[in-house]
Amino acid sequence: MAHAIAASRSPWVSSYQRLPAGVRETLRWLGWLAVALAIYTLLLLAYGRDPIQAYSDILSSTLGSSYGISEVLVKMIPIVLCGLAVAIPARVGLVNVGAEGQLFIGALAATWGALTFASLPAWLLLPISAALGFVAAGAWAGVCGLLRARGWLNEVFSTMLLNYLAVLVVDYLIFGPWRDPTSSNYPQSRLFPSAGWLPTIGDTRVTVFLFVAVAGVALFALVLAYTRWGLEIRAVGGNPEAARRNGVSITRYLVILMIVGGGLAGLAGMGEVAGLHHRLNPGVSSYYGYTGFLVSWLAGHRPVLIPVMAFVMAVLASGGDILQITQGLPYAAVTLLMALILFVVLAARAAGAKAQ
Amino acid sequence: MTTVIVLGVIAGALASGVSVFYAALGEVVGQRAGIVNLGIEGVMLVGASTSFAVTAITGSAMLGLLAGAAAGIAFNLILGLLVITRRTNQLASGLALWFLGTGASTLIGLSYTGTHIDGLGEVRLPGSSLLPAAWARVIDQDILVYLALPAALAVTWLLWRTRWGLHLRAVGEDRMAAFAAGLNPAWLQYQALALAGALYGLGGAQLALAYTKTWQEGMTAGRGFVAVVIVIFALWRPLRTIVGALLFGGAVAFGLQLQVRGLPVSPFLLDMLPYLLTLLVVLVFGRPKAFAVPMGLREVFGGTSK
Amino acid sequence: MTEPKLSLKQITKQFPGVLANDRVNFEAFGGEVHALLGENGAGKSTLMKVAYGYYPKDGGEIWIEGRQVQIASPADARRAGIGMVFQDFTLIPAFSVAENISLYLPHLDAIPDAGAIKKEITDRGKAFGLEVDPQAIAGTLAAGQQQKVEILKLLVAGAKVLIFDEPTSVLPPHEIESLFEVFGRLKEAGFAVVFITHKLHEVLQCADRITVMRRGAVTGSISGKDATEDRLLRMMFGSPTHETPTARAAAIPHAEVALKLEKVGSGGAGLPLKEVDLELSAGQIVGVAGVSGNGQRELGDVVLGLLPIISGHKWLFGEDATHWSVARMRAAGVAYVPENPAYMAVAPGLTLAENFAVASPRAYQRAGGLGVDWDQVRTDMAAAYRSLELEPPDTKLHAGSLSGGNLQRFSLARELGRKPRVVVAVYPTRGLDARTAVHAQNLLLSARSAGSAILLMSQDLDELFSLSDELLVIRSGRVVGRSRPQETTEIDVGRLMTGGE
Repeated sequence: MAHAIAASRSPWVSSYQRLPAGVRETLRWLGWLAVALAIYTLLLLAYGRDPIQAYSDILSSTLGSSYGISEVLVKMIPIVLCGLAVAIPARVGLVNVGAEGQLFIGALAATWGALTFASLPAWLLLPISAALGFVAAGAWAGVCGLLRARGWLNEVFSTMLLNYLAVLVVDYLIFGPWRDPTSSNYPQSRLFPSAGWLPTIGDTRVTVFLFVAVAGVALFALVLAYTRWGLEIRAVGGNPEAARRNGVSITRYLVILMIVGGGLAGLAGMGEVAGLHHRLNPGVSSYYGYTGFLVSWLAGHRPVLIPVMAFVMAVLASGGDILQITQGLPYAAVTLLMALILFVVLAARAAGAKAQ
Repeated sequence: MTTVIVLGVIAGALASGVSVFYAALGEVVGQRAGIVNLGIEGVMLVGASTSFAVTAITGSAMLGLLAGAAAGIAFNLILGLLVITRRTNQLASGLALWFLGTGASTLIGLSYTGTHIDGLGEVRLPGSSLLPAAWARVIDQDILVYLALPAALAVTWLLWRTRWGLHLRAVGEDRMAAFAAGLNPAWLQYQALALAGALYGLGGAQLALAYTKTWQEGMTAGRGFVAVVIVIFALWRPLRTIVGALLFGGAVAFGLQLQVRGLPVSPFLLDMLPYLLTLLVVLVFGRPKAFAVPMGLREVFGGTSK
Repeated sequence: MTEPKLSLKQITKQFPGVLANDRVNFEAFGGEVHALLGENGAGKSTLMKVAYGYYPKDGGEIWIEGRQVQIASPADARRAGIGMVFQDFTLIPAFSVAENISLYLPHLDAIPDAGAIKKEITDRGKAFGLEVDPQAIAGTLAAGQQQKVEILKLLVAGAKVLIFDEPTSVLPPHEIESLFEVFGRLKEAGFAVVFITHKLHEVLQCADRITVMRRGAVTGSISGKDATEDRLLRMMFGSPTHETPTARAAAIPHAEVALKLEKVGSGGAGLPLKEVDLELSAGQIVGVAGVSGNGQRELGDVVLGLLPIISGHKWLFGEDATHWSVARMRAAGVAYVPENPAYMAVAPGLTLAENFAVASPRAYQRAGGLGVDWDQVRTDMAAAYRSLELEPPDTKLHAGSLSGGNLQRFSLARELGRKPRVVVAVYPTRGLDARTAVHAQNLLLSARSAGSAILLMSQDLDELFSLSDELLVIRSGRVVGRSRPQETTEIDVGRLMTGGE
């Protein structure tokens, strides 16, 4: 790969450099994406799989039918929310690796709410358990923001280790005190009362949380673009030294944005338990928190790009499920493709920064 | 009874901590050269799956170990391509490497889930059969456990007694100062990543060949991240990583012992111990003292958005 | 006469907007201490950094012992036998002295012999008066000791010409003496020593030959025996030649005291201030003179509220503002004009309008922060530029796309355009070309006429003399002198700055 890069520079350089900057930028990105797909194709070939079949399986199963598209939307909801959970703190320079754990904590708190206030009507119960999910996960993440703001522990480590703890807390509850006595084989909580089920759109599995995800992106974009807080956030992210001298309190934003980010991942968890499973089980997240991390970095933490990247990742994630069936490839094979794409985008962005 | 438990914990701490130790030792080398690798988890998985596959095919655990180390080197150098050559954000690149390793290891180990191997046998010291079983279990460990201390000493020697180590640490402290002294920082960082990758690979291999003797997707269960935290706790000193790894391994083994003894505590609560302990320990002891942190790492942790 | 060890011929170095070296000739001989004297910004350091390969030259030749050499990097320079000790040391603080020096040993064994290295350090140290403990961690050493390590590094690397960039600025007086002793020993051993400084008495004390630079050119070169203080001062400062604004309104009589510092001591990073007293009235410019790094930036940060005050008091229009935050100081009418706006004032990725608004975000917020009144921002920004008689730029431009001069104009417009009551200007003209600098000076004067109280730090004595109503001299975080510009001379102030009486 290193040789390929070096070689591509020599004879073509002069004609390449005569192209307009926009075209060069696009070419560079396409080139890097081609590298990712080429590597993945080679891998599929090495495993005796038919790459063309695999790619067409992914596309036809997701975008080839209205059911496929609705299933992509089902996955997009938590991925977008988790993407926001990473992107929002990233705007002041925080690296939140903990969306996965925050999602679990949100699911846990929402479950507690749905089961504890089971007698409440839906219009009260759903907002309560959503709020519980947001607050619990926000606090969970806020601790990491506080540790960072105080200079005690970098948020990368705290959020990452808390992921493992969050999963274990959930496991403990659903294998133990919260276990549904009626389902003896499978560890899971009791079923939510129907008032705790999120309404779905039409006869799909897409819940009204689609609007929450859309609202989350829109709010993030609007706050960033139009409000005073957005202005200050961009100022901190753009040049902390100048922001300090301009009178912006940096530490306050470190904590608050971590709370908001964690809270959104928590909402994703609430959406999964209340919308899809209607109970808490170990499969509440299909690596959504980590996929959200990829999405945020692919999007460069820009709100408008988050749904776009989340769409791509949701297609791949749904496709990953299909490949398990049609090609006998484990889900992780798709993780590999996702990672390759992030690799090339990171490399391409760095190259772009150098070119400026 | 208590002695038996204590011995059990010690034996288990050695067996389950040693993979974290090799990973942390590798990360000391990497961070001393100024590179934080958050993708250790992925590299360990690749090392584990490769070593397992090679062992299953050849029947030789030694070949498996070598293959694990080699896979670790190759895989870790991918990170170099990004963070050294392209100068990308280290934290995001490391996590991308983790995802990549998770996917790649699954493919490598695809047809070996559930396969039986003999794995890496224990080193039979003469006379261990004469000891009571609980005592024998402490000293009947695989070769990587026995090599841990020599490896830590060797890395200490490399980093602090050789020209290579001097140059490597200079790069990790101040890339520009090292460049001004006539060194080639990028080349040295690639070398550091290679050595680190070999150690991650060995750590992963120990997990698959000796500790569990199985291959499972995602079997490292956060050990790669724990390794990074242990490096902070160890203040970037190779020998202190042994202490950190034993604490982690001890917490794992303690939980297991209590479960085996039928203590009425949820295994999941006990499984939290190592992560909680790691967090606590780094909060209490991981406060960087003057000159302990390689200065080159400051820009990595200073806050990043690109 | 013997061949010079280092000879620079017709060296020219251009920075954007500044001609730092204009066809400069310079020769350094073995067995001699050659002082390169001049004000800050005269081009001394630049010249030597060109010789050391730190900056590429735009013209001229470098000769070593009669042979022309090409020097493109510090490594080239060291190979040619040139070594330089920078003002900011290049030691690795976490490394021991021996490790730092080992990095520069030309032939280091794969497994270095610690004993032999230690011996070499001790031997060389004894020979030149550079005794340091080879085991000591460099970062724990005092500045003087660190300097010795820097010199040892160059000696082991085989340097024959040793360049010292303002070596005494980091040293306490008694260590300056021992540095000069080291110079003496190096001289005896045949090394050529180049000593960059702006301190007269030091030059008179130790130099065999003195070259004086002013505004990028050599104004003269004399032997140490012929040098006198007056002669050197005339060569350094000459007669004021360039056009600094002098037109000024009369001071407002009995003006209100805007800012008052009472025995202020500062904490936080940087050089601590000690017992600084300061009184600044509306319509007054108080200039702060001093050698760079003597507490000017810290003084600015203390006034702005960025650095904590650990003793004494700060009063703003009679209110105790000792512990006010930056936001509160700014809201109370304090403006800040830094030397490097790209680093200290703006975020390059934001537009000019956004950068304009972020300095007083609450003033532009609507609905409690839900909105920002961008129309008002744009109007104010245009008005700010016009009030300074500047053409307003496109508000949608990104700050990062502006040149240094335009960025400083933006910074001035933002800070001065909102009619601040107090202005802190820290090296506002540093790095600007002459025309832009004069414009910036005029802007400060009109802010003064409009009633702002201005605290001005500058490295340019001409600027301070022509703008200030009152002058302070700061050294090592303390105010060491104060006077009116009409009642003193640049030479007297220069003496105070550099530690004379």
